[in-house]
Amino acid sequence: MRVRNFLGRWGLLIALVLAWEVSARLAGSVFFLPPGEILVHAWQLWLTGPAEQLWLTDAVYADVLPSLGRLFGGWLISAVLGVLIGLALGRSRRATEYFGPLLDFFRSLPTPALVPLFMVLFALGTPMQLATIVFGTVFTVVLNTADGAGSVDPVKRHTAQAFRIGPWGWWTRIVLPAASPKIFAGLRVSLSQALILMVVSEMVGSSSGLGYRLVYAQQQFEFADLWAGIVLLALLGYLLNNALLAVQRRALSWQRGAENPENPARAKGRA
Amino acid sequence: MARALRGLVGPLALLAVWELAAALGLLDRHYLPPPSVVLPRAIQLLTADSDFLLDTIATLLTFLIALGISALIAIPLGLLLGSARPARRAVLTVVEFLRPLPAVALLPLFMVLLGSGPETKITLATYAAVWPILFNTMYALDEMDPLYTDLARSFGFGRVRTAFTVALPHAAPFVATGIRVSASIALVVVVVVELIAGGARGVGTFILEASSGAGRMDLVLAGTVVVGLLGYLINSGLGLARRKAFGWAESREEL
Repeated sequence: MRVRNFLGRWGLLIALVLAWEVSARLAGSVFFLPPGEILVHAWQLWLTGPAEQLWLTDAVYADVLPSLGRLFGGWLISAVLGVLIGLALGRSRRATEYFGPLLDFFRSLPTPALVPLFMVLFALGTPMQLATIVFGTVFTVVLNTADGAGSVDPVKRHTAQAFRIGPWGWWTRIVLPAASPKIFAGLRVSLSQALILMVVSEMVGSSSGLGYRLVYAQQQFEFADLWAGIVLLALLGYLLNNALLAVQRRALSWQRGAENPENPARAKGRA
Repeated sequence: MARALRGLVGPLALLAVWELAAALGLLDRHYLPPPSVVLPRAIQLLTADSDFLLDTIATLLTFLIALGISALIAIPLGLLLGSARPARRAVLTVVEFLRPLPAVALLPLFMVLLGSGPETKITLATYAAVWPILFNTMYALDEMDPLYTDLARSFGFGRVRTAFTVALPHAAPFVATGIRVSASIALVVVVVVELIAGGARGVGTFILEASSGAGRMDLVLAGTVVVGLLGYLINSGLGLARRKAFGWAESREEL
């Protein structure tokens, strides 16, 4: 039964990878490398460094870690700013009416098109990339948080008033928990947006990072590097998404209706 | 109406602050031109510049084709996966690895495979736009009352007929929501591909050309405003269409 379960879940993926492996080897195309070759290449590219570098190669320190730093740095700035602004906005009907449409417009702006602007406004490299990531993700967090903060149950509000809960307790123990499912949804969407913007900003204006490496590999026709980069990004997206889902499940296990956080209709904003 | 007016206050305040900052010399006029330069430029581009209009049309056409193809792929697949549990588990494992991969990460590969023309734009935008429609269709079927399918079965409907006469109408409002989310994604991906790959005509290519070379930030910003406006119009248009067509269905996603 366990074997059947395992096959039911992973069978198709394994079959597809095997089919790709076999057909790529048979066809011998220079564009489509077999997955085995990609993995071996990725291993050599990133994991064959000396022991004092924790077996990571220079390529990891030059490209992968800076990319991750920008990704998480930008996302964290967005998360803090977005949650703070969103909580304030969500509890004020007036503020929502005045600024909601503006924020909505900003969210629907194509952030990558603003990269040329950020390139002249901020120093080329990490500051520009952080600005791009923050601008591209903060509105998603704000709008989702505001949505959640606006949905505090009136009974809870009255109870808090009756018990004379102070402002600190009101924000941290009532508004924040009530908003947390929406906040998590917003954070998940914004993390995938941050991943996209990290790649885009590195492709356009950078001399390091995974996005830069992808473009470089393409220009040099290094297909093994190209595929390794794509696989690493796919893996990164998969791990980040699942890690955040796991955190969300743990943190929100007390909440009813949190069973299916995958449901896309819960989150506003595009992934 | 009063609410709509209040909604205008935010944008107007932003424009005023931006204009003022430029007038006071706090912002470099060359790098960040004020709205009094950008907005007329955007209007001029849209009304008098036939090259820019062709760019806009090219972007819109590729966007529409990509959205259409992704709907054609995602709706039947969503119906299938929504009604066949074992298939769904297997396919979702694959999807979980594909979906988080940013479409732009595939761009260098596809530029080599397909060139930097419309084929690449359409392929990548389709790739990115498939997921919201697929997931919305699938989850819609989860929330369907089993009574409907049981009833259909007791009337002797086959699987395919049930899918199209019972499941699809039930899922339609959710599909519409998915299409709306996908539309904004597809538009952005088309512009991003143009912006990075250049090559074929499009607003993204226009922005790329304006920013390289002379560094015409007024044109960059005007182009961005036009794309933002397009996105906003498409999004609210689809929202309106959804409310008109499926007003009977309880709205799951406001805004």
